Amino acid sequence: MAENAFHLDFEQPVIALEKRIAELSQQAESDGLDLSEEIGRLEERAEDLRQRVYRDLTPWQRVQLSRHPQRPYTLDYLTRMTSDFVELHGDRAYGDDAAVVGGAARLDGEPIMVVGMQSGRNVAERQRRNFGMPHPEGYRKALRIMHLGARFGLPVLSLVDTSAAYPGVEAEYRGQAEAIARCMYEMSHLPVPVVVVILSQGGSGGAIALGVGDRILMLENAWYGVIAPEACSTILFKTRERKEEAADALKLTASDLHEQKIIDQIVPEPFGGAHRDWDEAAALLKRRVTEALAELRLLSAEELVRNRVEKYCAMGAYSD
Amino acid sequence: MNWLERMKSGLKTRIKREIPQGIWQQCTHCGHSTYTMALERNYWICPECTGHYPISSRQYASLLLDEDSFAEMDATVTSSDPLRFRDTKRYSERLRAARRLSGLNEAILTGIGTMGGHPVALGVMDTRFIMGSLGSATGEKIVRLIDRARVDRRCLLLVCQSGGARMMESAFSLMQMAKISAKLRQLAEDRLLYITVLTDPTYGGVTASFGMLGDIILAEPRARVGFAGQNVIKQFLGTDELPEDFQIAESVLQHGFVDRIVSRDQLAVEIVRLIALLAPDGNPQEPPAAP
Repeated sequence: MAENAFHLDFEQPVIALEKRIAELSQQAESDGLDLSEEIGRLEERAEDLRQRVYRDLTPWQRVQLSRHPQRPYTLDYLTRMTSDFVELHGDRAYGDDAAVVGGAARLDGEPIMVVGMQSGRNVAERQRRNFGMPHPEGYRKALRIMHLGARFGLPVLSLVDTSAAYPGVEAEYRGQAEAIARCMYEMSHLPVPVVVVILSQGGSGGAIALGVGDRILMLENAWYGVIAPEACSTILFKTRERKEEAADALKLTASDLHEQKIIDQIVPEPFGGAHRDWDEAAALLKRRVTEALAELRLLSAEELVRNRVEKYCAMGAYSD
Repeated sequence: MNWLERMKSGLKTRIKREIPQGIWQQCTHCGHSTYTMALERNYWICPECTGHYPISSRQYASLLLDEDSFAEMDATVTSSDPLRFRDTKRYSERLRAARRLSGLNEAILTGIGTMGGHPVALGVMDTRFIMGSLGSATGEKIVRLIDRARVDRRCLLLVCQSGGARMMESAFSLMQMAKISAKLRQLAEDRLLYITVLTDPTYGGVTASFGMLGDIILAEPRARVGFAGQNVIKQFLGTDELPEDFQIAESVLQHGFVDRIVSRDQLAVEIVRLIALLAPDGNPQEPPAAP
C-alpha cells in the first residue's frame, strides 16, 4: 500500500524525508557515489522525526488517524481474530442495515456473538454501508443478535466504529432514538460477558448504543465523545476550522477516557497507526479481548449484570 | 376518599408564574396576546390556538402533583466541570449563569409526591439550564430518583425537555445515557410503572435514552421530538426542506413512538387514570396469581 498510500498532513515531513532518502540512495547507486554518510544522517533524522510525529500526536491528529482511509474496519478485524464467522442479517422488522454487521464466530475455538459497525473501502461499498452510520434497523439487528447470543450463553463482542447514528429523515421516522435507547437498556442486562471495543470513531449516541459492556477497550488512536470536533467547533465558534481546539477541549482520546475511568484499557496499535499493519493491529486487539473474556467467564450472570449496572452508575462528575 | 376525589382536590394547585414576565403574553405559535392572569388559569395554553407556552420545572411539579405533596430531592447535586471545558466562555461560568436563571443547581428538578393520592417519583427537566442538557449531575439525580422509586415502590414520571447531551461534559455526558437506561431496566424488572412526558423540545441523548424508554410515552401537542436536530439534518442532507410536521409529536405518534398526545390541562388527569388502571395499589410486588 506504500506507493499510492494516503498521507495525512502531519505525516508529510516524514514522508518527504523518506522520499528524499530514497532519491539519494538511487542517485548514489546510478552515479557510483558514496553518499552513505549523508544517507545515514538523514535516516537518523527520519527516525527521530517519526518518533516525534507519532509519539506525541495531538488529539486532532489522532482523530485524523482514526479516519485514515486505510485503517482496518470491523470485518478486517473479525477475519483476522475469529474463525467460522457466520454473518446474520436483518432486524426482523424492517430491513437489513449494511452499516451494522453481526453474527456468530469462534475466538480461539470458543463460540461468541459479534456485532459492530462497518464502513466501506471504495465509493460503492461506502455508499452501501452508508459510511458506517447505522439506521434504527441496524441497531435492532445488533440487539437481535446479542439477545440470541445471550440465550445460548455466548459472550458478546461489540466493535464500535461510527462517526454518528445516521441523521436522516427516514432514520427519525423509524425511531433512531428508540433504537439507540433500547440497545443500551438491553445491553445493560445481557446475562453473558460483554466486551466493547472502540475501534476508531466513537461518535456520540450512535456509538454508546452498542457501547454498554463489562469491559470497554479502546484503540490507541480512536476517539470517543459526545460530538465530532468539527461539529463541536461549528456550535462553539461558528466555524468548522477550529476543530483542533475543539478536539483538545472535548478530551476525546483513549488516554483522556482512561483517565476519566470511562474505558478500562487502551489497546496499543502498530507504530504510526493500525493502518500500517492490519495483522499486528488485529493480534494486539485479540490478545486483550481474549484476556478480558477469560476474566469475565468466571462470573455468574447475576454478578455480571450487577457489576455492569454499578460500573455505569459510578460514571459521572458531580458534587453534592 | 377515593382517588378521583383526591385527584380533584389535589389538582386545584394554582400555577405560579415563573418564566414569562409582564401583564400580557404573546403566543409564539399564533401571535395572539393574552392577559397573563388568564394564561395562568389556562395552564399556559394559548386560548386562541391552544399552543403551549413553555413553563418551568416547578410549574410542572405543581401542575402534576397533589397540592403540597412535593418533596424535592438532591437539590444540591451539581456538575463539577470535569474537563475544565472552555469555549467562548468557561463551562463553570455557564453553570453559574444557568443556576441564576433557573433557580436550580441542575437541568432537572426531582422529588417525590402524590398524584391523585398515588405515590410517584417525579423528575422534570428545565430548558433554562443549558438547554436542559444531560450532564453528569442530571444523570445522577435521575438515578437517585429511580432508586427512590424502587425502594418506596412508586411510579416514575419523567417530564422531558432538552436539547440533548451536554457537550461541555463530552463522554461523561454520553455515559449518562447508558447509566440511566441501565437503571430503568432495573425499574422494569421490579415491575414498576414508568411514564414519560415529552414536551417541547425533546432531542438527542435524552430522547435516545429515558425519553423513549417509557412504558407509556405521552407528549404535549406540537412538541418537537427527535434524535438529530433539524439543523443538523438539513446540513447533513444539504437541504433546506424537511417534511411538514417532521419531528412534531403528532407525527411521531403516527410513526409509532408516542402513545398519546395530551394537552397540558389534561396531563395530570390522564396520568392518574393510567396509574389507577395499571398500578393502583402502589405497584404490587408480585404479579397477581393466575386464576
